Amino acid sequence: MIDQGTLWVVIIGLGIGSYFLRFAFLGIVGDRPMPSWLLRHLRYTAVAMLPAMVAPLVVWPAATGGEADLPRMTAAVVTLCVGLATKNVLAAIFSGAATLFGMLFLLGA
Amino acid sequence: MPSTTPKSRTRASAYWKGAADGAPFLLVVAPFATLFGVLATEAGLNILETLVFSAVVFAGAAQFTALQLMQENAPTLIVLASALAVNLRVAMYSASLTPWIGAAPLWQRAIAAYFTVDQSYACSVAQFEKEPQMTVPQRMAYFSGVLSPIVPMWYICTLLGAAVGTQVPDSWALDFALPIAFLAMVAPMLRTAAHVIAACVAIIVSLLTAGVPYSLGLIIAGTCGMMAGAQAEVFFQRRRLQHD
Repeated sequence: MIDQGTLWVVIIGLGIGSYFLRFAFLGIVGDRPMPSWLLRHLRYTAVAMLPAMVAPLVVWPAATGGEADLPRMTAAVVTLCVGLATKNVLAAIFSGAATLFGMLFLLGA
Repeated sequence: MPSTTPKSRTRASAYWKGAADGAPFLLVVAPFATLFGVLATEAGLNILETLVFSAVVFAGAAQFTALQLMQENAPTLIVLASALAVNLRVAMYSASLTPWIGAAPLWQRAIAAYFTVDQSYACSVAQFEKEPQMTVPQRMAYFSGVLSPIVPMWYICTLLGAAVGTQVPDSWALDFALPIAFLAMVAPMLRTAAHVIAACVAIIVSLLTAGVPYSLGLIIAGTCGMMAGAQAEVFFQRRRLQHD
């Protein structure tokens, strides 16, 4: 269970922080040029942070008590492959979900 | 194609063009918002807290990250730093929108900043590059047009998800909805070798640092991934120059 105090600190802090991230350039930098090394690193934030967060959840899922789990692993691989092949977020989500349910059903039945 | 240009747009037509371009994203926004509503209530948030969270932060990936880390009882500072790092890409969006709408009045830019998200950014930059003759007020009209179908849907579906949240049975394996959603988001972003390298390095480091306390592994892994991507970009660029 999430502590009430923590929750509100996170909501407000994240709200202010996210807003500042978006306003920093648009509002403060305006049309002044930015250093290229900074832009170069910013380009890779999403493709680094999101997989970094997902990887442990795929390899050691909480739902199985941290045991590697074939349906979840397969679903992750299918999602990634369909996403790479089709460049379509929804197609990837639906294939991943179908794989997960299919495998859980097959192995659980 | 010179035959179709130059089109003279009014602000109204720019707005409606934006709304039409934004509408297909409802298919992405609706499930994500619903999922956030469901996961947040499963984590113990009530409907009001869930809605306020969505409205104040207004950044899907960062919200999911914060929720996940809070459930792992990570220290508040780590929760904030990690979620903000996930959201660093909106800083890049903001930076790349600046040349197009940086001349708008400050109050408009202040509002636009809150609404700078994946969808409004992607549509706007594509449109502004396609029709560079658009005036700044027309660009702002287009930007708000893109958002008008998306934003209400984000709030409504969060509410919907929060309302059904705790009734979703365990057998639906919703624990794995977040990994699937994030992988699906990332895959189409892996456009160059440098992007793939950034992702691979981030994954490897994140697995190696899984034991690091306070969920700090995420920040370490993300930083390594970003640096690897940036270095790879420089490397490939140099090699291309040498070959030319």
